[in-house]
This record gives sequence, C-alpha cells and structure tokens, in this order.
Amino acid sequence: MHIPDGFLEAGTWAPAWLLSIGGIRYSLKKTAPSLQDRMIPLMGVMSAFIFAAQMVNFPVMGGTSGHLLGGVLAAVLLGPYAGAIVLTCVLIVQCFIFQDGGLTTLGANILNMALAGTMGGYLVYKTVGGISCRSRAILTGTAIASWFSVMLASGFCAVELALSGTSPLAVVLPAMLGIHAFIGVGEAAITTLIIGFILKVRPDLLYGLSLVRTERPCPRTEPRETGPA
Amino acid sequence: MKRRDLLIGLMLALFIALFLSPFASQWPDGLERVAADKGFLKKGEGKQMLTAPLPDYKVPGWKNEKLAASLSGALGVLMMFGIGCGVALLIKKGKRQK
Repeated sequence: MHIPDGFLEAGTWAPAWLLSIGGIRYSLKKTAPSLQDRMIPLMGVMSAFIFAAQMVNFPVMGGTSGHLLGGVLAAVLLGPYAGAIVLTCVLIVQCFIFQDGGLTTLGANILNMALAGTMGGYLVYKTVGGISCRSRAILTGTAIASWFSVMLASGFCAVELALSGTSPLAVVLPAMLGIHAFIGVGEAAITTLIIGFILKVRPDLLYGLSLVRTERPCPRTEPRETGPA
Repeated sequence: MKRRDLLIGLMLALFIALFLSPFASQWPDGLERVAADKGFLKKGEGKQMLTAPLPDYKVPGWKNEKLAASLSGALGVLMMFGIGCGVALLIKKGKRQK
C-alpha cells in the first residue's frame, strides 16, 4: 500500500512528513541505549529480508494482491523502535531506487507502515501477551498483531486519502479495511511461520524474551546476555 | 548473531529476491484496487516527483521482466543489508559519542 505521488494533497503529506520525522527521531533515541553489537547484523539481515519479501505479491481475491509489510516481524525480533527504523530504511530505498511509493508521500508511507504498522503492531503484540516464555503465546500474539498491523496501516492510509479529499472517508475506509482484512491474513500466516521457525532454531533472537527474563528466566531458551536498558 | 546464521538469513533474502520475486502476483495491490474501484487511480498518473534508476523493479531497456525483477531484487537485498547494518552502526556510534 505504498501511496504514489498525486494521491495526497500538500495539506496532508506535509504534516505526515513532520509526524514521521518526529517518529523516526524518537525511534532513534529509543534504539540507541538498547542497541547491542549483535543486533547490528540482525538489522541488516531484517532490512534485506523485508525488502525481498515485500517484492513477492501474493494473490488474495478478486484480482487483488498483497505483500508482506513486515512491521510485526521486525518488531518481534528487534523491538518496536529498531523495527520501525528497519521499515523506514526499506521504504526510503523503495522510493528512491525502485519508484515504489511517491516522494511527497514518503512521509505518509513511513507514518503508515513503519510507525503505525510496526509500533502499533508491537503494542498489540504486547497487549495480547506475546511477550512470554510460552511459544503458543508468542505465536498467537504474532498472528493477531500482524493482522492488526495491516489494518492499522491501511486505516491510516484511508484517513490520509480522505483528508486530502481524494475519496470520502465513508467510502475509502471500509474499502481499504475490507480488502486489507484479507491481506492481513497473509501477513499473519507468513509472519507466524517465520517467527515459529526462529523460535525453534534461535529463540534468543526474539526481542521479547530479553524482557521476560527480567522477571523469571525462560526454560529451554538461551536468552540474550543482557536485556535492553 | 553468529556468522553462519547471518549468512543463512542473507541467503534466504537473496533466494526470495532472485527466484520468488519474478513470480510475484501482477494483480493490483490493495490500495491500487481501491483506487481503481473508487475512481481515484488517475490522480497519481504522471505525478511522479522523481525518476528512480530501477522503476517498478524493472531494468529500463530490458525486455525480460522476470530477469529484471531478479536482478533488481538481488541488488536491493545487498543494498538493504548494507544500509541496515550501516544505520545500526551509526546509531551505535552516536550513542558512544554522548
């Protein structure tokens, strides 16, 4: 759902830029103190992986396709702030190198997918109990959060289109949410599959496990050496 | 992150870009579908603010779009790995200077 140039008026994309710059600055500030050396290559791999996955559109229904956004995938592994930064990097490269998403609308796209989708998705993940030692709770949380993250991003997108006068909210919001409810199922399936796999082979890569450890150690998993501050 | 796991992750991303992206669904995505259905697709026509080197994951002048998708995908993956690590390093560096 990369918004191209022309869909949004300056009265919408300019404030969206300001909001997204504020959000990125906040994310950078929050990432710095908890960034461990071992997270550096993981941020590189996640950027590469999410970029690749976003290229692979899957058909949903009625001649429509969707692709992974990856916000919850990044947030479950890196936390909401480093996750948002990874998504922002992907969106910037897509815009400047591949013309995927407009330049004026890049701020709005960052706001929708990197901030609302990733941080909002993480909030859902946390709220439904995804930060846990139990695999089932982690995977259920991942699935629910992934679906909501797509709904959140498409909801934000619909509101921006309505604010621009591109399409009335009563028309564009149900249309966007309706179609993304299906795309969100794909997002949830792919994200849960990947997190399920990582949980089996390298559970210590999950951001949440380092948070759980402060209360009680997780059995059968090797958590990170030190949790984020 | 161990070097082996890092390589596996990167190889997986490269595999997706090289071999899966050429077979991505060509149907319009959710937003494009809504734009077409609700009649605002035209608003975006000819409004691009910049000309990117590899627009729509294609290589200008290449007739084989599948091969172009593979190549631009692989380039993007390597670029993203560098940028992701680079940004993380910069954040780390900024932290030390404080």
